[in-house]
Amino acid sequence: MSELAYSIAFYIFAAITVAAAFGVVTKSNLVHSALLMALCFIGVSGLYVLLQADFLAAVQILIYNGAIAIVFVLGTMLTRRSLRHGTNDTEANIPSKIVTLVSGLFVVVTLGVIATTTWHYSSKVIVEDTPSLLAQLILTDYMVVMEVGAVLLLAAMIGAIVLAKGVEE
Amino acid sequence: MIGLTHFLTVAAMVFGIGLYGVLSKRTIVGILMSIELMLNAVNINLIAFSRFVTPEVLTGQIFAIFTITVAAAEVAVGMAMIFRVYYDRNTVHAARLDEMHW
Amino acid sequence: MGFIIVGFFLRRLPILAATVSVCMSVISFVLSLGVGYGVIVNHITVDNPLIQRVPWLSIAGLHVDMGVYIDPISAMMLVIVTLVALMVQIYSIGYMRGDAGFGRFFAYLSLFASAMLGLVIAVNFVQLFVFWELVGLCSYLLIGYYFHKISAREAAKKAFITTRIGDFGLLVGILFLQILFGTLDFAQIASNVPLYVAQHGTNLLTIVALLLFLGPVGKSGQFPLHVWLPDAMEGPTPVSALIHAATMVVAGVYLIARAFFLFSALPNAMEVIAWVGAFTAFFAASIAFTQRDIKRILAYSTVSQLGYMMLALGVGSVTASMFHLMTHAFFKALMFLAAGAVLHGLPDKNDIFEMGGLRHKMPVTFAAMTIGVLAISGIPPFAGFFSKDEILLVVSQVSMPLYTIAVVTSFMTAFYMARLLIVVFCGAEKPDNHPHEAPMSMRIPLVVLGTLAIIGGYIPYATHFGDWVRFGPVSHEGLNWSIAATSTVLSILAISLAWFIYGSGKVSSDKLSRRFSTVYKLSFHKYYIDEFYLWINHTFVDGLAKMLYWLELYFVEGAVNGIGGLPVQLGNLVRKAQTGKLQQYGLIMFGAILIVVVWLMLLSPLFKGVLSGGGY
Repeated sequence: MSELAYSIAFYIFAAITVAAAFGVVTKSNLVHSALLMALCFIGVSGLYVLLQADFLAAVQILIYNGAIAIVFVLGTMLTRRSLRHGTNDTEANIPSKIVTLVSGLFVVVTLGVIATTTWHYSSKVIVEDTPSLLAQLILTDYMVVMEVGAVLLLAAMIGAIVLAKGVEE
Repeated sequence: MIGLTHFLTVAAMVFGIGLYGVLSKRTIVGILMSIELMLNAVNINLIAFSRFVTPEVLTGQIFAIFTITVAAAEVAVGMAMIFRVYYDRNTVHAARLDEMHW
Repeated sequence: MGFIIVGFFLRRLPILAATVSVCMSVISFVLSLGVGYGVIVNHITVDNPLIQRVPWLSIAGLHVDMGVYIDPISAMMLVIVTLVALMVQIYSIGYMRGDAGFGRFFAYLSLFASAMLGLVIAVNFVQLFVFWELVGLCSYLLIGYYFHKISAREAAKKAFITTRIGDFGLLVGILFLQILFGTLDFAQIASNVPLYVAQHGTNLLTIVALLLFLGPVGKSGQFPLHVWLPDAMEGPTPVSALIHAATMVVAGVYLIARAFFLFSALPNAMEVIAWVGAFTAFFAASIAFTQRDIKRILAYSTVSQLGYMMLALGVGSVTASMFHLMTHAFFKALMFLAAGAVLHGLPDKNDIFEMGGLRHKMPVTFAAMTIGVLAISGIPPFAGFFSKDEILLVVSQVSMPLYTIAVVTSFMTAFYMARLLIVVFCGAEKPDNHPHEAPMSMRIPLVVLGTLAIIGGYIPYATHFGDWVRFGPVSHEGLNWSIAATSTVLSILAISLAWFIYGSGKVSSDKLSRRFSTVYKLSFHKYYIDEFYLWINHTFVDGLAKMLYWLELYFVEGAVNGIGGLPVQLGNLVRKAQTGKLQQYGLIMFGAILIVVVWLMLLSPLFKGVLSGGGY
C-alpha cells in the first residue's frame, strides 16, 4: 500500500515540477514565468520529502520560495519599461531549432547514461533524524565549508548593496 | 517501484528544460530563472544519490544545502547587476549587452 | 732568371709621365730578349719547359698555383708582346700629344702589357683565365678611351659583352677540366690526357675542348663573335695597333697553342677549329672588299688573318700558326701605325676615298704601308710570304677544300690591301687635304717595324724556327715550290687587278659595284650580322624580360599578396564568432560539451554493450 502511495505521490510531484519548469521557459509573460517557477520549487520540495530529506525540503521552501522567487518577482516588476517589454519571448537572433536540438540531445544522452549504468543500491538504513545529523556534520566535518559559505553570503550582500546603490561619480 | 533512476530522470528533464531556457530567453531575468531551474535539478540529483547510494552519510544533503546557499547569493548579486544595467542602459535584453566582443 | 721574370707581374701604373712607362717597356723588352736568349742557351724546348710555381690557392680538391712557364712558344710571345708594346708606346708619345688623358692612356697601356705578359707565361688555366679577363678589361678601357663619344662607349661595351660570351664558354670548359682531371696545371693535364683518352674516349673531352674554343672565338674574333673587332676601331690608333692587331687578339690563338696537348688528341675538335678559322678568313676578307673606313679595312684584315692562324692550328701545325702570329704582329702593327700617321695628318677623315695621293707628302708613311701590304700579300722575300706559305703548305697536306678556301682568301687579301694602298697613296691629291708627315716619335716605330716586316720572315725560316716552336716531333719542312709559286702568282694578279680598278681607272669600280650590287650590299653592310644580333637581343632578351615581369606581377606578387591577405580573411571569419552575445556563447559551449560526451559515449564499451542488446 505504501508503495503505491509513494509512487502516486512521486508521479504527482514529478509532473508538477516538470510542467512548471516547462511553463517557465515557454511563457512570454515574465510574471507568469516567475510564479510558475515558484510552483516548480514547491514541486521540488515535495520530491525532497519523498526522498526523506525533510529538513532540506523545509529549507527549499523557505529559501527558494520565500526569498529567491520573491526577488525574481521584484526584479521583474522593477525593470519593466512597458507592457511590451515585459515579454519573455525567445530571442530573435537565437536559432531556436538548434537550441532545442542541443538541449534535447543533452537530455537524451543523460537519459541514456542513466539507463545504462548499473546503480549500486546500498542496503543500509536511512537516518531518521536528519537535522541533528546534518548539524553535526556541518559543525564538525564540513566546518570550513560552512565558514566559507558564511563569508560568501556576506560578500554577496555587500556586493548587492554596492551594485544597487551605484558608485558616486 | 520508484528507484533512483526515476528521480534522476526527473532531474534530467528539468535540467534540459532549464538549459533550453538559458540559451533562448530574451531577457536577463528569464535567463536567471532558467539557471535556477538547472540548479534545482542538480539538487534533486544530489539528494537522490545521497538517499539511494549512501543513506548513512548525508553528504549529498550537505552539498545540496550549500548549493542552495550559493544560488541565493547569486540571485541577489545578479538582480543587483540587472538593476544597475537597467539604470544605465535602459534595457534588459541580453542581446543588447554585447559589448564584450571584438 | 725566374725572379727577374716575376718582375713582369708588377703592375705598372704610372700616374703621370709617359717616360716612366716607356722606360719600363724598354726594361721589359730587354728582359724578354734575355729570356729568349736563355731559352736558346739552356736548351729549353717545348718538351721540357722551365716551370716555376708558387702555390696560390689550396683547398680540398682544388690546388692552384701562380707561376711562370717558359718554353720557346712563351719566350717568342714575350719578345713579340714587349717589342710591339714598346713600339706603340714610343709612337703614342707623338700621336697622343696634347690629349687631355695622356697619362691615363699610358697607364692603361702599361696595365695591358703586364696583363698580356701574365697571360703568356701562365702555368695553369686559372692564371690564364685571370689574365685573360684582365686583358679584356684593358681592351674595354682603351676602346672606350674617348668616352665622351657615344660610339666609343658603345663599341667598348660591345667588345666586352661579345668577348664575355666567349669567356663564359671558356670558363665552363675550365670547370669541366677541373672536374675531369682534378687539376688545371698545363703540365699535369698534358701528361694525363693520353691516359684519359685511352680510357674514356674522346666524346666528352671534345665537348670540353669546344667550350674552351669559345673563348678564342670571342677574343680572337672568329665568326660569329667577330662583331666587336671592327667597332673597336673607335679607340685611338695605337690601341688598335697594339691590342687588336698584334697582341690581345692573338691571346685566343695562344690559348689553343698552349693547350694543344688537349686539342691535338681530339680530331673532331680540330676539324671544327680549322673550318671556323677558314670560314672566318674568307668571310672577313669578303667584307673588307667594300669597306671605306681605313681602320675598318685593317680590322677585317686582322679578323681574316686570325682565321688563318686558327686554320693552321686546326690542321695540326703549331709552328705555322705561331710563325704567322709573329709576322702578322709585325706587319699589322706596322700598317696600323701607318694608318695612324695618315689619320694624324688628315684629322677627321676616315674614308679612304677622301684621301689620295698622299705619297708625295708622307713618304715614310707611304713606304711603311707599302711594306706592310706586300708582306700581308705574301710577296717574297717579305715576312708574310714565309709564314703564309707555311700555313698553306700544312693545310694542303691535310685537306684540299680548306686549301682552296685559304688560297682564294689570300687572293682577296692581296686585292683589298692593294686597293687600300692605291686609293690612299697613289693617284691625284684631293684639293682639301693638307697632310703633313708624321713627327719623329711616330716615324721611329714605323721604321723599326718595317724592317722587321721585311726580314722577320726569312730569318726564322733560315734558323729552323720549326725546331723551337712546335708541338710534337721535330719536322724539317722545306719550301714547297709549287705552293709558294701559286700563291705568289695569285697575289701579284690580285695586286694588278686592284691597280686596274682603282689605280689606272681602266675598269671602273662604280660600274663593278653596280653589276654585283647584291653582293656589294651584303659585303658593305657586313652581311647584316650586327642587325641580326640586335634583333635577337631585342626579341629574346627583352621578350624574356617582359615575360618574367608579367610572371612576377601576377604570380609572385599575387602569391605574396594572397598570403598576406589570408590572415586578414581568416580573421574576418573568426571574428564572426565573437558576437558578445551571451546566449550564443552558452550555446556553443554546451554544444561542444555535448559533442564530447556523445563521442565518449560512443567509444565506451558500455554503449557497445547496449547496442548488442544488453540491459542494465
